[in-house]
Parts: sequence; C-alpha cells; structure tokens
Amino acid sequence: MLDLLAGFIGELRATGLPVSLSEHMDAARALELIDLGDRDQVRATLAATLVKRSDHLAAFYQAFDVFFAVRPGARDTSDPPAESAPGAAGESGVGGGGGEGMSAEELHDLLYRALRDDNRAQLRSGARAAVERYAGMEPGRPVGGTYYLYRTLRYLELDELERRLVEGQPGRGDLAWRLARDEARSRIAQLKQEVERAIRERLVDDRGAEALARSLRRPLPEDVDVMHANRDELAALERALRPLSRKLATRLARRRRRRRRGPVDLRTTVRQSLSTGGVPLELRFRPPRPAKPEIFVVADVSGSVASFARFTLHLVHAISSQFSRVRSFVFVDGLDEVTSYFEGVDDPADAVRRINSEADVVAFDGHSDYGHALTVFRDRYLDEITRRTTVLILGDARNNYHLARADVLADVRARARHVYWLNPEPAGYWNSGDSIISEYAGHCDAVVECRTLRQLERFVGDLGT
Amino acid sequence: MNWLDPREELAHRLGLASTPAVHFTSPAEVRERLAAQDYLSDDTIASATFLADRLAKPVLIEGPAGTGKTSLARAVADATGARLVRLQCYEGLDESKALYEWNYRKQLLRIQAGRGEGDGAEEWERLEGDIFSGDFLLTRPLLEAITAEEPIVLLIDEVDRVELETEALLLEILSEYQVSIPELGTVRARQIPLVFLTSNSTRELSEALKRRCLYLYVGYPDVARERDIIEARVPGVRTALAQQIAEVVRSLRQLDLKKAPSVSETLDWARTLVVLGREEIGIEDAVATLSVLLKYQSDIERATTALRERPPSSA
Repeated sequence: MLDLLAGFIGELRATGLPVSLSEHMDAARALELIDLGDRDQVRATLAATLVKRSDHLAAFYQAFDVFFAVRPGARDTSDPPAESAPGAAGESGVGGGGGEGMSAEELHDLLYRALRDDNRAQLRSGARAAVERYAGMEPGRPVGGTYYLYRTLRYLELDELERRLVEGQPGRGDLAWRLARDEARSRIAQLKQEVERAIRERLVDDRGAEALARSLRRPLPEDVDVMHANRDELAALERALRPLSRKLATRLARRRRRRRRGPVDLRTTVRQSLSTGGVPLELRFRPPRPAKPEIFVVADVSGSVASFARFTLHLVHAISSQFSRVRSFVFVDGLDEVTSYFEGVDDPADAVRRINSEADVVAFDGHSDYGHALTVFRDRYLDEITRRTTVLILGDARNNYHLARADVLADVRARARHVYWLNPEPAGYWNSGDSIISEYAGHCDAVVECRTLRQLERFVGDLGT
Repeated sequence: MNWLDPREELAHRLGLASTPAVHFTSPAEVRERLAAQDYLSDDTIASATFLADRLAKPVLIEGPAGTGKTSLARAVADATGARLVRLQCYEGLDESKALYEWNYRKQLLRIQAGRGEGDGAEEWERLEGDIFSGDFLLTRPLLEAITAEEPIVLLIDEVDRVELETEALLLEILSEYQVSIPELGTVRARQIPLVFLTSNSTRELSEALKRRCLYLYVGYPDVARERDIIEARVPGVRTALAQQIAEVVRSLRQLDLKKAPSVSETLDWARTLVVLGREEIGIEDAVATLSVLLKYQSDIERATTALRERPPSSA
C-alpha cells in the first residue's frame, strides 16, 4: 500500500499538485486508521490529506480512478453484493462483467431500466457491456480513451434515452416536465461516468495505471494555455476567473489600504491617552490618502488572439471596481473605446458579445495593424493620459508586416506612469515571423508573457502595489 | 508506547498525563452521531471529521456560502458534548483579539495602588512579577480554547478574512496546540481540541496554514441528501414535497446564476412552503416565492423563464 501511495503521489505531483512530504506522511498515517476495503473511504481520506485546493479536486479524482481502478480479478468479488441489491431482482442472467449474450435492444432496454430505477449496480454492468460491444478497443494503443467514449456514446443514443426517461415520468403538476428533464440529464450523466469508468478499467488492464495516468494528464485550470484552450477548458477558465477576480480585488484593496499609515493624529492620541492617566500608550494615525490609479486597457481583438482578449476583457471588467477609472479600448486595425459597454452590465459575457458585434475596430482589411491602431489611440486619447495612468497593451504584436510606429508608443510612455505589454504567446515565439514585439519593448516598462491564469494572476497582483 | 499514533505522540508532547480518548471509532459512527444532531453528512465530511479526531489535526473547510460549514462544527460539538469556542475572523483581527491581551488598565491600577509600599527597586521587582501574571491576562478565544479543561471544539470562522500576515498567529496553535506568551512562557493545551477552520475562499490561504490542516470541500448536496436535510430540518414537511423542493433547487443551481441558492436558503424556502400549507409545488407558487431562494432580481427573472419552459413538442 505504501508503494502504491508513493506512486500515486508521484502522479499527482507530475500533474502539478503541490504535495509536500508532511502531507504524504499524513496520508500514510490516515490510511492506517481506516478500512482499506472501502474504496470511497480511501478516496475521501486521500482527498482530505493530499489536496488543499478545491480546483485541484477534479485532477485528484481522475488520478485516483486510474490508480485505484477496480482490477479485473477484484471485479467479480466486488459485484455480487451490488448485484443482489434490491431492485436488481428479475434481472438475473446479466453477469458482472458479461452481457455478451444480449442483443442491442436488450442492452438498450437494460440501460433504460437501470436509469429509470436509478439502479447504480445495474447501470455499471450495462455500461461495461456497452463498452464491450461498441467501443472497439484495440489493445496496446497509447490513447486516453476519449475516442472510445465517443464511439460508445454514439451507439447508445443518449438523446433517445433522455426522451424515454422524461416521458416515463408520471406528471406532477406543471413543473413536472422541467424537473423530469433535469433528473433524466443527471442520470444520463451518471451513465456517461460509468461508461468512462468501464473504459478506464479496461485501459488500466491493458497498459497499467501509470502509463494511462500519463496519457490522461491534463494541465490544472490555472496552467491551461489560454490561446490553445478548447471550449470546455475556456468555460472552466471563465468559471475560475470569477472567484479569481474577486480574490484579486480584495487583495488589491487590502494592500492599498494597509500599505502606509498616515501621519500621527495628535488629537485622537491625546484623547485616547486620557483613559490611561495621560500616558499615551497607543499612537493613533490618520488614514493614508487613497491612491487613485487609472488604467487604460488597449486590447487586440483580432482573430489570432480572440480567446485571450475575451478572457482579459472579463478580467478588466472584474477589477474595474477597484480602480477609480478603468477605460478599455479594442482594436484590430482601427481602434474604438468600449468602456461604456461594461457600465451597468452584470455579466461581462454580454459586454464581450456587444463589443464583438458593435465596436468599430476594422479600418481597412481586418488584419491587425498595431502601428495604425496605436496612432489612432495617441491622436484621440493622448491628452487624457496623465501621470497616474497605467497603460496595458494586450496583444501578440503580430503586425502583418505593417509599419511598427514604435515612436507612437514612446509618446504614450512619456505621459503615462507605466506602459505594460501582455503577450499571450510563449516567449520563444516572440520576434519570429511578423511578430515585432522587440520594437515596442523598448518603450514599455515591461513585456510580460501571459499565457495562463497563473501568470495573469501574478501580473495583476503586482500591478496593485 | 506506539509512536505511530498521532494522538499519543501529541499528548506526550503536551505533557498530558494520559491520552485523551478519541471521540469517534469510524467514519460510519461520525455519520450516525452527526445525523442524531440533524446534520446529514456524506462520505467526505465523515472521513475528514474522523481523521481530524484521530490524527489530531485541524480541518480546513471550504465551499460556497450556506452549505453547512459552520453548522458542521456546531454539530460535532453537540455530538461529542464539547463546548464550542468560536473565533469570528475579520479584517484587522490581531493578536489582542484572537489570542490574549494584557489588561493595561488593571495593571496601571495595580501599580498606582502599590505606590509607597517599601522602597523602589525591591518593590518594582515584586510588582513586575505580579502584573505579568495570569490575573492580568485577558484570554481571547484561541487561548481560551487551549486552557480549558473540558473537551473543546474550536471554530475559526471565515479565516480568509484576515490578512495573510495575521494567519501566522494561528500557525503555532494549529500545529502544536500551544501559545507562547513572551512574559509568561508557553501555554500548552490541557486536552486535544477539535479544530475547524472555515473559508469562503475569497483569497488563497497560505501554504503554511494549509499544510497544517486536513482539507474538506463542502459543495452543494445531491438531490437525495438535500431531500433528507430538508426532512430533518423542516418540521412537518412531507417526503414528496421535500423531494420536489430538492429537484427544483437542483435545476436552479444548473442555471448560470450570480448566486446559486444555498442549502440554508433551500431550508427557508421549504419552511415558507410548509407555512403556506403546500403539499406540492405548482409553477405559480414557485415563481411567487422565488425571492426566498434567490437574492438578485436578474437571477429571479432568469429562473422564472427557465421554470416556465415547456417541452418543445407541446409548446
């Protein structure tokens, strides 16, 4: 068990979870106290001792399922009690790992009944049979199983199952349809989990836990590359962004409040000292003058960095309450101010949609032209930049071989407090092809690689100081 | 002596005469005894509580607001017959509010009262030993928790509200169950308190704090558990109604709302429906009472639309 634990922790660390030695020892101690035969208990125990952040739990559960998958030998022993659970009666002839003798209709019917009766054990054996029949697994291929999942689910016709489940529910008033549908969906999600699990079990049999864990490894939410995130990952990122922006906001506010105490407030100190017989035990200070930084965000929203820009606009919206003035501008080859789109909007996604459809950002051909966009920015807004203004430019500096006009940026910097450039490309790609980041870099206080949530978080955190 | 047992080891370090008895023998027992207090736990909650007891480690509980983080500590205190000591954290909390404070005024009075007895140097020595003794110490929750003789459940609520630097105050008590007071020396715990910390994760807690704690994430319960919670906490509710309430709430949580309904709001809603004498929720009842569940106008509008949705065929 200790070896298995060490291997498991090795896998967690490889995924990026910070597991310290003392946590490893806690886990080992904890395992001595519980019933090792109870898989759920082992899982809960390891989660309590090894994981310290809620957004790491998903990665933990995945690794756990791979490492502590039910082995084929154990399968037959683990199934019978479940099989004899109430509700399974009348389903005799469907063995634990079997179902080979069934026709396609029988299998569908079995799954339907299992879903309808919410019978987890039956669902599990049905899912195994379905994987057996439909996934077409080939031994020895180093894959994560996504394709097998897709194939199996396609044959199972989940929409049809959902429809049958909804219709099978007795009506209970006018809310019934909606509730039945949500219930059906959650049960179908269970079926998907079971199928995934069945596939994983077979992959573990085939190649062993460690090899499979390697091919299943996914970056943690804060390490996902924004530019290359798929749709699910982007959705996850946007969810992660909401608490993050609140976190950043509290941190910035706190730091600004705490940073410096004002001068000694003599009046209050003397008055306070009366209660201690005129001895001033505690000095009182005036609150510091609040700093009021202004931020101008200038974001490239052309196709090449669209997902990054979208993501950053979300963040801008979130921190805007913390700064006395945040103004946002978007550009492709023209430039437009979009500050008003964020005003009074609850959901930044609405604002982003409006910006994409309404903002006037294309002047010529719809390819990024940093030189022209920056010139427009200088001509229209230079007067409004003051010593308190921080200018953030977001973009990959891929200029499609237009003129750089770095001198324009020099004018901006001469007036502004800071100019920062956030580049969503890996630093290794900078200045290759039509990227001309080095020409602008000389006129920025810093050019920062900003591909992941973690990097963005660090940057915004530093900005507040 | 079995050095692998963390409780024995801790008891030895604290210099206790005997190892305090454990509160629970298995996670299943935790579940049962919490259920007797009308707190319905699940596997992860029961395991974490069990381990907190057996490993003598604090538990850090995170999760959305209103999912029963604070009530867990209260239920554990009730189930074990321990006294609950609560430290509510807030911004600006410091040593003198969390740990202990010297009672300046009393010290001053003592000095003034003692003036004129005997000669200078000797008097001062006696006085100094006197005013920095336990009599002049105001105990705050943390010190109170470890100096108590009876079993204690210590709840440090919303620990994410204190500044990062203030967290360090907690570290000594969390890992060693002791408090060092420069003038008095080290005060060690007289029993092993069960410690729960809750956090709404408005900021990242420090690694040092997390390393000393077990971690428990309490999310929204599934329909079956929520139904049981409603039945346990709302008198006079029928199972069918509780089930329906739980299902409606689940549907609402799946919508993209600003603030999803919490368990405590669900309970409020269930009580409302019971007071209204409903046996079943109709769409109009649901819409009329949504303001109990949801706290933003835009959320209420969105939920109303979603609940009125009809199957595509019969629309």
